[in-house]
Amino acid sequence: MKASYVVRRVIFLFMVIWTAASLNFILPHLTGRDPIREQLEQQIASQGRPAKDAAAMIATYNRLFGLDKPLWEQYLVYIKNVFRLDFGFSMMEYPRTVMEIIIARGKITLPFVAVGIVIAFIVGILLGALMGWSRSPAWISAIAIPPLMAASSIPQFVIALLLIFFFAFKIRLFPLGYPYPLDMTENWGDPQFLLQYAYHAVLPIMTIVIVEASGWALGMRAMMVTVEGEDYTVFAEAKGLKPSRIFLRYMLRNALLPSLTGLALRIGFVITGAAVAEAYFNYNGLGARLGAAIASFDYFVIYGIATIIVICIASATFIMDMIYPLLDPRISYRAQKG
Amino acid sequence: MSGFLSYVRRNPALGVGIGMLLFLLLFTTLGRLFVNPLHAYPLSVMPTQPPSAQYPFGTDVQGRDLLAVMVVGTGLTLQIGAIAGAIGLSVGIVLGFVAGYSGGVLDTVITSVIDVYMSIPGFLILVLIASIFSKVDLGVTEMGLIVSIVSWAGPARAIRAQVLSMRERPFVMMSKLSGMGTFEIIMKELVPNLAPYLVMSLSQTVYGGLQASLGLEALGIGARREPTMGMTLYYVQYYSALMLGMWWWVIEPIIVIVLVLTSLVMTSFGLDEIANPRRRKTV
Repeated sequence: MKASYVVRRVIFLFMVIWTAASLNFILPHLTGRDPIREQLEQQIASQGRPAKDAAAMIATYNRLFGLDKPLWEQYLVYIKNVFRLDFGFSMMEYPRTVMEIIIARGKITLPFVAVGIVIAFIVGILLGALMGWSRSPAWISAIAIPPLMAASSIPQFVIALLLIFFFAFKIRLFPLGYPYPLDMTENWGDPQFLLQYAYHAVLPIMTIVIVEASGWALGMRAMMVTVEGEDYTVFAEAKGLKPSRIFLRYMLRNALLPSLTGLALRIGFVITGAAVAEAYFNYNGLGARLGAAIASFDYFVIYGIATIIVICIASATFIMDMIYPLLDPRISYRAQKG
Repeated sequence: MSGFLSYVRRNPALGVGIGMLLFLLLFTTLGRLFVNPLHAYPLSVMPTQPPSAQYPFGTDVQGRDLLAVMVVGTGLTLQIGAIAGAIGLSVGIVLGFVAGYSGGVLDTVITSVIDVYMSIPGFLILVLIASIFSKVDLGVTEMGLIVSIVSWAGPARAIRAQVLSMRERPFVMMSKLSGMGTFEIIMKELVPNLAPYLVMSLSQTVYGGLQASLGLEALGIGARREPTMGMTLYYVQYYSALMLGMWWWVIEPIIVIVLVLTSLVMTSFGLDEIANPRRRKTV
């Protein structure tokens, strides 16, 4: 691997995080809305707080949150903090920090999303490889392709609703929602709790698997067709290798490469898709929290969650870029020449 | 027409996709003759009625006639997609042609901007932008405009790649030699040759725009007063329709969404076969 390649990817990683962080900063400021004033005025209106000191309170809070400084200074502080993963305090849940909230909510979201992505990838790749292989019976493709095309083209939350409708509402096999029973407290050391979490996560995981696996299956199928025409496959056949060996070692391995790059890119879509689906499963995870933060215009939580998601995706892409030349020696060969 | 029909027989995906789109368009236009479009808004009919002779699609909690919602909402949903698609593709065409045809520094700059932009999930950008307007009453047109903010990067990158490969073809060289101007070459040589590809890009962009708008609406960010499909599903979730046993309210918008999105995917899949003759042999 050439050093210039690594440097380029590192620069790209920082560009992505910086752009996302800047968008995060600029967009809410374009509104001209004042979150602290809105929040206080709401409290004054609903909880009967005295209104006479409101102006002084707003000024004090603005100073505490650093919102009274000039915009460019706020921006520099903000960018510096982003790279230290410090997003400040939540306005609505003060004195909890945004990072605390992200970790607490991420615990609900991350396990089912991660398991979903892994299962979806494996199922999708194997199914696609089987469909694209000329030796597998033609009816597999004929039966599988129409539902796969439909499933891969609709949003996660629609699948979520369908699954809830059939499996939770009609035959009552799985719970209608919530990450764990309402009478349980969140305790990740308790095996009973883990069991309940897993049971409640079946439908959310199925949602991710149905949408993502069908997309990967269709892509993989197209790649298998291409790989089957390559010289090395023809050569392997001419050598008289066993079909299973050609399938696994020659075709599957090579056709897998583009899907692996796609995996890193897809993670972003899966997370944002799951964030929407969470609302339908009544999960109080990252996505639901982001929705709540938008509703209450909690600046720092919006910044924090959006930025952390982008950082995750950008890092995943970066790691994939780093290991890709190891998986496909042709890439590093090309890098040496150019 | 018969030529088209015989072509569709070889390319069923295109036929099915266009057929479904036509059906949806007829449903939303001719349907208005049979239902009162005003019944797609709250408090117009008896609430919470299951499908019956009077309300074949049933009614929802807020007193909308769901048949009217489907008829009006299909049109509105397609409208959001059309606006996002038109804007996204136009910007994509301009950037794609400029980057692909000019090359050099301009190409590098545009491509890196697209690459960085595409690494940030569009949905997050949309959520941020939409949160700006969360206190404003959005209409369907505004929704289309918001969604188009993220729908230009995909087509721009794809079109750039196509232009790049076409720029070096002999017939373009020929027109250059015969003294055609850059703009003339683009309009007279490149665009007609890329036409099927551009139409495919359009249907993909419309599809992407619809996906994005549905996601936003599912979170309750959107044209809250309008009976679009996404907003209908938002209300399904908001009023826990399943807990109330109102299966019809859940299933109907899902069917429309599946039809709309699948028809677009099928259309672009079929157009891909026209745009990429190589596919015809392999698949």
